[in-house]
Amino acid sequence: MALRMVKGSIDRMFDKNLQDLVRGIRNHKEDEAKYISQCIDEIKQELKQDSIAVKANAVCKLTYLQMLGYDISWAAFNIIEVMSASKFTFKRIGYLAASQCFHEGTDVIMLTTNQIRKDLSSPSQHDTGVALTGLSCFVTPDLARDLANDIMTLMSHTKPYIRKKAVLIMYKVFLKHPESLRPAFPRLKEKLEDPDPGVQSAAVNVICELARRNPKNYLSLAPLFFKLMTSSTNNWVLIKIIKLFGALTPLEPRLGKKLIEPLTNLIHSTSAMSLLYECVNTVIAVLISLSSGMPNHSASIQLCVQKLRILIEDSDQNLKYLGLLAMSKILKTHPKSVQSHKDLILQCLDDKDESIRLRALDLLYGMVSKKSLMEIVKKLMAHVDKAEGTTYRDELLTKIIDICSQSNYQHITNFEWYISILVELTRLEGTRHGHLIAAQMLDVAIRVKAIRKFAVAQMSVLLDSAPLVASSTQRNGICEVLYAAAWICGEFSEHLQEPQRTLEAMLRPKVTTLPGHIQAVYVQNVLKLYASILQQEEQAGQPEAAQQATQLLLERLPQFVQSADLEVQERASCILQLVKHVQKLQAKAVPVAEELSALFAGELNPVAPKAQKKVPVPEGLDLDAWINEPPSDSDSEDERPKAMFHEEEQRHAKPRQAEVDEEELARRREARRQEQASNPFYIKSSPSPHKRYQDAPGVEHIPVVQIDLSVPLKVPGLPLSEQYVKLEEERRHRQKLEKDKRKKRKKEKRGRRRHGSLPTESDEDIAPAQQVDIVTEEMPENALPSDEDDKDPNDPYRALDIDLDKPLADSEKLPVLKHRNAQAPKPPEKEDVPVVEKKSKKPKKKEKTHKERSRKREEGRKKSTQKKKKHKKEKEERGKDKKSKKRRPEREEATEPVQNGAPQEEPLPPMSSYCPLAENAYVKMTYDVQGSLQEDSQVTVSVILENHSRSLLKNMELSVLDSLNTKMARPEGSSVHDGVPVPFQLPPGVSNEAQFVFSVQSIVMAQKLKGTLSFIAKDEDGATQEKLDFKLHFSCSSYLLTTPCCSDAFAKLLESGDLSVSSIKVDGISMSFQNLLARICFHHHFSVVERVDSCASMYSRSIQGHHVCLLVKKGESSVSVDGKCSDATMLGNLLEEVKGTLAQC
Amino acid sequence: MIKAILIFNNHGKPRLSKFYQPYSEDTQQQIIRETFHLVSKRDENVCNFLEGGLLIGGSDNKLIYRHYATLYFVFCVDSSESELGILDLIQVFVETLDKCFENVCELDLIFHVDKVHNILAEMVMGGMVLETNMNEIVTQIDAQNKLEKSEQITYTGLFCIGQDFSRAGLAGAPARAVSAVKNMNLPEIPRNINIGDISIKVPNLPSFK
Repeated sequence: MALRMVKGSIDRMFDKNLQDLVRGIRNHKEDEAKYISQCIDEIKQELKQDSIAVKANAVCKLTYLQMLGYDISWAAFNIIEVMSASKFTFKRIGYLAASQCFHEGTDVIMLTTNQIRKDLSSPSQHDTGVALTGLSCFVTPDLARDLANDIMTLMSHTKPYIRKKAVLIMYKVFLKHPESLRPAFPRLKEKLEDPDPGVQSAAVNVICELARRNPKNYLSLAPLFFKLMTSSTNNWVLIKIIKLFGALTPLEPRLGKKLIEPLTNLIHSTSAMSLLYECVNTVIAVLISLSSGMPNHSASIQLCVQKLRILIEDSDQNLKYLGLLAMSKILKTHPKSVQSHKDLILQCLDDKDESIRLRALDLLYGMVSKKSLMEIVKKLMAHVDKAEGTTYRDELLTKIIDICSQSNYQHITNFEWYISILVELTRLEGTRHGHLIAAQMLDVAIRVKAIRKFAVAQMSVLLDSAPLVASSTQRNGICEVLYAAAWICGEFSEHLQEPQRTLEAMLRPKVTTLPGHIQAVYVQNVLKLYASILQQEEQAGQPEAAQQATQLLLERLPQFVQSADLEVQERASCILQLVKHVQKLQAKAVPVAEELSALFAGELNPVAPKAQKKVPVPEGLDLDAWINEPPSDSDSEDERPKAMFHEEEQRHAKPRQAEVDEEELARRREARRQEQASNPFYIKSSPSPHKRYQDAPGVEHIPVVQIDLSVPLKVPGLPLSEQYVKLEEERRHRQKLEKDKRKKRKKEKRGRRRHGSLPTESDEDIAPAQQVDIVTEEMPENALPSDEDDKDPNDPYRALDIDLDKPLADSEKLPVLKHRNAQAPKPPEKEDVPVVEKKSKKPKKKEKTHKERSRKREEGRKKSTQKKKKHKKEKEERGKDKKSKKRRPEREEATEPVQNGAPQEEPLPPMSSYCPLAENAYVKMTYDVQGSLQEDSQVTVSVILENHSRSLLKNMELSVLDSLNTKMARPEGSSVHDGVPVPFQLPPGVSNEAQFVFSVQSIVMAQKLKGTLSFIAKDEDGATQEKLDFKLHFSCSSYLLTTPCCSDAFAKLLESGDLSVSSIKVDGISMSFQNLLARICFHHHFSVVERVDSCASMYSRSIQGHHVCLLVKKGESSVSVDGKCSDATMLGNLLEEVKGTLAQC
Repeated sequence: MIKAILIFNNHGKPRLSKFYQPYSEDTQQQIIRETFHLVSKRDENVCNFLEGGLLIGGSDNKLIYRHYATLYFVFCVDSSESELGILDLIQVFVETLDKCFENVCELDLIFHVDKVHNILAEMVMGGMVLETNMNEIVTQIDAQNKLEKSEQITYTGLFCIGQDFSRAGLAGAPARAVSAVKNMNLPEIPRNINIGDISIKVPNLPSFK
């Protein structure tokens, strides 16, 4: 403090820099919050000062406070001030603060656009770099849209440092402004082959990120990446590419086949573990994608598994972890090759690292077989006992249950063993998964009928065991199993050995400490149990015993009637009354057991979880219809339209329902029948589960093996699953012997056992001890197959799902910054000049964006109501688009909006390349000539024919008088004098486009060809033969193809010196330069290479490969065009044509 | 993509936080706390990967971390990044810090978090790896520092005071923190994750103390 007093007024600004702040906070441990709020007040004062240095210092401190969790968004404007400082030192502080706290919701962010643009084009690479870095963190859709073009220009910066940053940031730009992807993509692709490895790596990075989300759009890049993969030595790049291939292979199996070899080579050769690991991963992905078609890759799988084994055996825990991770991927398709490494994976279960243990557990899930299940679970049980920490133990528990229950208990051969495992698991204290165990118990008891007797015995022991009930007081999940135990004992009470004892156990006073829902089940099942006791005793003729049971109930039930839980209370009251009534009847010696058991007759079947959803809506049921009309609370005026609407809807709904039902249902039923036939668990032979139970409730009906008498059904105390393991082994052994014997007897009889209900590899011999008579989950008749698409419609990457191979449309080009006249003077170095580049434009024959297109389509529909030729539809509409465009009055942009440096795309006036050809009373012809991209020396003439008469025009034919130089392409076999038929007819008012191909020998001169259109006009009065003469003009420009050219290549071309030169000058031009360029681009098929202020270089190429370069300069009111071309005559003619165009401007 | 980069010490005090997705300050603090909770209870010699799960983004994400003496360096990445590659990147980061700060210690990070940010910005940009070559990074940082110095000449008077303070700040740091930093030992980093021929050498970094 004393120090501060000494300091002068200027120094006071620096009374606290970042270091002082940090130190201060560390010295105020006790009242940190108070100290910081004090500091924030000081910072607020500092921010009010004029000095940018003071402000920067304050912002720097704020950035630190932000890390500690303080909101600094209130200083956003000051941060922008600091960003705009001219000194790099301050600028960097500002951008750092912005990158830490700006986001899309920051409202002042829009103020930064121009500042960032200025920094991006700064002559200092550090300013540019720091702006790019900052922008990458807070780019918003608006910033992305406005700056996309500037960043794209930076992608060709001379300094690799800037290039690589510009390339990387493009990914963020694409995310925020998906429309920029297509125009920027060609250049991005170009950067894959940048001489600088850093730039190359950045481009790979971006494309990999893009391709990961929408791989199919990047399949066409596969050859390029393949080349990179085989040539690159940069492991970072290789890893990215290999990861990318992993994403591409599922889409293109041929790619996978090609990849296997180079990848295996890499696996063998590389010393970098990271690369090795990614190679293995991708090979696995390839193998998965090929697994259906080609089984012959066992060598590759072996190699992968072998390498992974090395990773897993490594002492480095990281490699071990990754090895297990990759192993689990192989497991899905090639379980056998993994199963041979069971030892290794079981070993990993003992690892001290929990992540590794969990990975190993995942693997075990897929590795179990009938043979190994018991052994593996035994091992896991040992781990459960050892495990400290409930999280891991719970994980083990769920895994055990998962492993055992997977695919309908496929691997369980002995359910007694499984039940005993479940019972053992109940001894776990503090587990959260009691309900899971309970669900398993219920599931097994319900679905495996043969096990019920055993299950009931075990459950009654559980009910009897005190600790479980006691544990409930300590908010413990395990008591959930009592829910299952009580239900099983009640539902299957006929299997109980000592029902009285169980009844007694369920009515203990301690039970009332259990959670309500469990008590409710207890109460309900007490009645079931009671009913079965009554029946037994009455049949045995011991009414006293029955009355004893009644007495017990009457004594104990009142404790439940007092329960605070409504469900328990209600059930207990009902049952109490019922029992009282029974008691009265018993006193009169009336047999009641029959009636009481009737309450619980019938069997409950498991229902599939989705069954309810899949119930088809029956015919004639309208779920949306009101059952009762809603009471109208509004006045009658409102009501009437509602009712009308409602009636209408019903009328629509009914026929639709019927339509679906008739054949559709039959088809579905058949499909379902077939599916059931192939389902090994579906009980086919019996008519219906319900019926069967009614017919024969006895046990003997079930085709189940008599449980071996050596198995103790009544286990004293809790069972040990190990006993069952031993017993099971013995059983298997016996079974094997028996089988051998049977074999000797030459399959006299197959016995009653069903063999291998599921043929699993290598353990078909093991027949399950209990018939795995699993009752299928019930599904409604005619269940609808549902495969809902789970795609998230809000996925931000969806917007980037763009076809990149389509040619660029006009409307897609990036917004170009328009320079104000008051631009700062040009810096001397050329590379730092803010270069504004225009994307190559192909204004003709271009796809419009969908939106625009569909809008146009609408217009087209309104204009013409008839459309007949469907296959011509597309063409026809395109013709219309152009027509409608043409009909629009030409708007000229006389005034240019002058907005404060904001990026402004000047709307281009509508232009059409179609020129009028000829017109008479019937038809109007317009045409356009385009060089053919595929064939040298060929041009395509598109002629739009518009019928503006009232007749139908048919048999149209176009005949042209060929010249020596230019010839029309005719169908084979026709002579030079034959016409070419137009492939459509024209109803009144309709227009359509026909294309004709001409071959040209020399293209240096413009050509003219005479021709005739002949047609038959047909109306109500009759048909007349008509014809229309025309002259086709092939200008030199029409032989040019819009070809984009990068500035480097353009410079080289100009330097090469073998081009002839010529120039023109046109005066009196008022049009804006941009419009002017657009016109030249459009009408003469040029593309802009580079544009600096009012000077632009343009390029085009002829169909015969002549290069044409133009330099267009705009003066006050004149435009001069210098041209260079490989052919002097051609250049002269072209410039004349350009002059003509400019003269109209 | 890298979703976030966090540096905190053995007590969970943040030393650097860089999020490449916007989160509110409260959420950021919560993420730092949870990450610390997850990472700090792990033994020294277990693997360096953690399934982040709910932490940032979805189940696609992983935490990859390294523990150097008193500091944890944690990267939260999604599945497009190579796990071993990121481990190397952390190593490059630490080595670069070591080079730029000349024997880096926790105090350097505490008092110069802005510089650490600048170094990081030359390595990772917007969540994507920008440069992995330490020499490149150091060259850029040096050039920037030079530029900064040349600018400071005009502000000499003002900045001398500032720098004096910063030196005093370091010297006057509480003794407790210094002693905590004294006995930092770097664990031996396995060489086999060395990414081939890019210049990531993985020495044992004796200088990081």
